[in-house]
Amino acid sequence: MSQDLFATFQTILVDTFGVPADDVAPDATFETLGLDSLDVVELTLVLEEETGVKLEDEELEDVRTVQDAIDKVAEKQQAAA
Amino acid sequence: MNSQRNVVVTGMGLVTPAGRGLADAWNGVLAGKAAAAVDEQLAAAGTPVTIACRVPAYDADAEIGRGAKRRLDRFTHLGVIAAREAVAHAGLGDPDAEDPERIVATDPDRVGILLGSGIGGAETWAEEYPRFLDKGPSRASPMFVPKMLSNTAAGTVAIRTGARGVNMTVNTACAAGASAIHVARDLIRSGVADVVLAGGVEAGITALSISAFAQMGALSRNPDPAAASRPFDVDRDGFVMGEGAGVLVLESEEHARRRGATAYAVVAGAGASADAFHATAPPEDGGGAVLAIRRAVEDAGIDPASIGHLNAHGTSTPLNDAAEARALRAVFDDHTDRMVVTSTKGVTGHLLGAAGAVEAIFAIQAMREGLVPPTANLTNQDPDIALDVVTGEPRTVELDAVLSTSMGFGGQNAALVLTRA
Repeated sequence: MSQDLFATFQTILVDTFGVPADDVAPDATFETLGLDSLDVVELTLVLEEETGVKLEDEELEDVRTVQDAIDKVAEKQQAAA
Repeated sequence: MNSQRNVVVTGMGLVTPAGRGLADAWNGVLAGKAAAAVDEQLAAAGTPVTIACRVPAYDADAEIGRGAKRRLDRFTHLGVIAAREAVAHAGLGDPDAEDPERIVATDPDRVGILLGSGIGGAETWAEEYPRFLDKGPSRASPMFVPKMLSNTAAGTVAIRTGARGVNMTVNTACAAGASAIHVARDLIRSGVADVVLAGGVEAGITALSISAFAQMGALSRNPDPAAASRPFDVDRDGFVMGEGAGVLVLESEEHARRRGATAYAVVAGAGASADAFHATAPPEDGGGAVLAIRRAVEDAGIDPASIGHLNAHGTSTPLNDAAEARALRAVFDDHTDRMVVTSTKGVTGHLLGAAGAVEAIFAIQAMREGLVPPTANLTNQDPDIALDVVTGEPRTVELDAVLSTSMGFGGQNAALVLTRA
């Protein structure tokens, strides 16, 4: 599951945000990937499309890295299952 | 006028289809070779006209920054690049700094930004609207608004330079670049700002806008790109759309002197007017343009006979070029015959909202170097256009004062008189 989510994140970051694939690592922060606050809003929109999970603003407060976001999505997917 | 401050040009930055950077762009127009080419994007979209004048390719990752690149429309990219060159040319930034466009040589609170744009973020509209139709309202990009707003170029240049003075975007369509210089000059003259980065930016070559301009009959249908933009030629049949940016650093003369900056020209006169006539066509007698030019000459307070050169709006449309020639004659009478005229749009195409600023810079270069670039593709001058237009090779002329004219859809006209510093 988590491996699939990582691949999903990588695809989104590369295709939508033009981040080089090699830069996408679990501990990479959105900031170091060059994403600002509006990019993160857009990321949640694409993420919802790809995974069916919508991350709300308050859930994003403690999301800093790719792994943080993956954990959050996985958590919501399990809760929904 | 004596109590008002003189305004000089201390820096110039250019991104044009004729070349990138002041030196390359100037050499490009001197060479007189049209920059128009078949545009692959337009051809793929099946637009009725497929030729355009693009700026030379640039590395957006390196020039704009990877994250910022996709948050900014192409017109803002071009504005950022031109502004950076202008700041460096004026010696306002630290060229060795990590962010060399940062203004460090003066009080940034007294530095304004005035950029003109006719269209704004055209590419963003073209990309985002189909996505919206395809994916629905929930996928409208939060980047859409900040990318497409036409004031984003000026806002972004402020963010990058740190300039916290007056920041505005002027839209008088194809006169916007000249209008921005006019307003910027007035802000400095009246003491509101010491320095203003003023100019025009445009990147409007999209399948939609090209198709729409073509439907209006505004664009050349010439199948040969190299011969399509032909201002003042009897066979001219419309303009070729270009893109680009021109930014000038305007500065009060005393401020420039105090910091030891080089002044390249004086923005001596500026005039504006409306045709109050038609959405896209000029009146045949060039009425509104007459007013703008007359006002600029009167504002400059110089002998009209000292103006030796006109960088014409000269779009290569049948109506514009003829009306402009009549307007010039109405203002300058017999002196018209002694004015050396060119339209650099033969080389660059029509840069719309950027045109007025880019051409003001070319006019300044002509004065500095005593060299007027030729009008590309002018082989048979329209007998109704009684102007001394340079063809073939650049012409050597001693110049003390030059004129640059711009006319925008909506019937908005702008004229600038630039004199030796």
